[in-house]
Amino acid sequence: MALIETKNVSKIYQLGDIDVTALNNVSLLIEKGEFVAIMGQSGSGKSTFMNILGCLDTPSNGQYLVDEIDVGNMGKDALADIRCRKIGFVFQGFNLLQRTSAIENVELPMLYAGVSSKERKQKAMYALKAVGLEGREHHHPNQLSGGQQQRVAIARALVNNAPIILADEPTGNLDTKTSDEIMELFVKLNNESYITVILVTHEPDIAKYSKRIIRFSDGNVISDKFNDLTPRPPSLKGQGEQSEVPPLRFGEGAGGGV
Amino acid sequence: MINIPSTIKISFRALRVNKMRSALTMLGIIIGVSTVITMLAVGSGASEQIARQIASVGSNLMIILSGSSGTGGVRQGFGTQPTLTVGDCDAIIKECPAVLDATPVLSGVCQIVYSNQNWSTNVTGTTPNILNVRDWPLSSGRSFTQDEVKSAAKVCLLGQTVINNLFGGINPLGHIIRIKKVPFKVIGVLDTKGQTPTGQDQDDAIYVPVSTAQKKLFGNTLPGLVRVIMVKGKSPDELIDAEKQITELLRQRHRITQKADNDFTIRNLTQMMQTAQQSAKVMALLLGAIASVSLLVGGIGIMNIMLVSVTERTREIGIRMAVGAKTWDIRLQFIIEALTLSLIGGIMGIMLGIGGSQLISNIAGWSTIVSPSSILISFSFSGLVGIGFGFYPAFKASMLNPIDALRYE
Repeated sequence: MALIETKNVSKIYQLGDIDVTALNNVSLLIEKGEFVAIMGQSGSGKSTFMNILGCLDTPSNGQYLVDEIDVGNMGKDALADIRCRKIGFVFQGFNLLQRTSAIENVELPMLYAGVSSKERKQKAMYALKAVGLEGREHHHPNQLSGGQQQRVAIARALVNNAPIILADEPTGNLDTKTSDEIMELFVKLNNESYITVILVTHEPDIAKYSKRIIRFSDGNVISDKFNDLTPRPPSLKGQGEQSEVPPLRFGEGAGGGV
Repeated sequence: MINIPSTIKISFRALRVNKMRSALTMLGIIIGVSTVITMLAVGSGASEQIARQIASVGSNLMIILSGSSGTGGVRQGFGTQPTLTVGDCDAIIKECPAVLDATPVLSGVCQIVYSNQNWSTNVTGTTPNILNVRDWPLSSGRSFTQDEVKSAAKVCLLGQTVINNLFGGINPLGHIIRIKKVPFKVIGVLDTKGQTPTGQDQDDAIYVPVSTAQKKLFGNTLPGLVRVIMVKGKSPDELIDAEKQITELLRQRHRITQKADNDFTIRNLTQMMQTAQQSAKVMALLLGAIASVSLLVGGIGIMNIMLVSVTERTREIGIRMAVGAKTWDIRLQFIIEALTLSLIGGIMGIMLGIGGSQLISNIAGWSTIVSPSSILISFSFSGLVGIGFGFYPAFKASMLNPIDALRYE
């Protein structure tokens, strides 16, 4: 079964008397372990689609199933619960809590998942180590570089063992070198931990890291291609380097439900 | 699923981040609570003081004043026409069942001399019953006897103020003082009594037998006349009955016809003072109510700051919602913040209120009493204010749309 399934999903906004169709009958299947880049110009509907995928918004028409759960008619709190357990967010602007240490930022999703304080600390430390921020647990966002802040955000997205990471222009605020590092981290998570990564970008250089590129225009999917020619970044080709990265999944359940 | 300890921790951190703002917001509550506590303390101090004065004047006390004289339309004050007699007093004791005791009072200001000291004070001719009527024990010596009253013995009881002014450290018992040049032997010393509600020093007094006062000091034309009779009722409930019985008895004894007015006046001191105490209590409540308005204003301050805080932290709220915070997680976070502000403010206000009450009693000399109930009331009231005024901002925060909140700059 697909991890993500949209059936004729539409989103219509009402601006005064005019109905604006942001999404028009989008049907897509995304399987577990995919690395999808969603591309399109601004106003193409990709952000609306991401909001629906992230359970931040609900479709006007059609069905959306996450891990076989229909979220279409769910209330606010039920959606929050799905976000908490199934989806990790990475934003362009990092969206970390200011004046709050890296580790506490990473602990945040577990706080709302009801994880005990001791376990939260442990898992957050582990996730920070996994994104290469060991030793910076108690730095505040303003003491970290953009790339480091984005790593904290990725650690936060990972920490609840969510099967999906939604990244909305995650490299938009970063320079090319740091962007490549962050993208390599996504690739690594996708390859080793089998996390489904869905990425919104309009930079082809970033999209090329993905395995599948979906293009949006005017609320419609205009192309959906597998990116067989994805050039793998050289650093990931060496097996020795890969084995240095600790496993990112905690406990069991990595393969459950799929 | 709501994690209370963590939510409390989050709230505390948010308050620490904006220290100055939190402190100023608390100030509103601090002032509110401390004013409530101080006002209630002043109020209950006042009513307590009145209660003490009631006890010091004598409980269940009534005073019968003789009538006023009027010549050619000019009316004099009470007691100018002496109509009461020692006989009236004896009759009241015997025939009024609601009366516990009574004593005649005939007093005037006299110059008294001891050795080379002299002092002007109120000399009261009375019977030994006065000690019972006024709940006034002797601190040393003895009271005069009924025989001494009958024989108009020249003996006296002294109040503390008189002793301080005449004797200066010497034990006055057995010494002879001169009242209006008449020598009196000091046989007893009255215990310290304090001030009356009107500020009179009750200890500035000398008691002598009523007969002696009549014959040697005040020289009444008609023997046996007194200006005042003090009556002690059996219980507070029976004072009204006592008043009726005395009125009936005295009208009969004075042969007053049905249509004529009384030639005496009965004053129910206890009742008057209980009324005063009642009004002091009402005043205390009124002061507390006014002060609680400032607590309310403090609450509005909290709401104001919380609303600002919610707007400022829209993005934070969006982040929390995105990672899985539910409606009540957000709501509780802000309610706990408001509650923390108001409760810490409440505790500090209580301390300030206690300190303020101390200060008032030290500086102004008013007696103040901080009652545990006033602490409890103002503390729980500040808690309610926190929850009440914190709820709307918290509600507003929880109703934010996560998409908009995340985009908020």
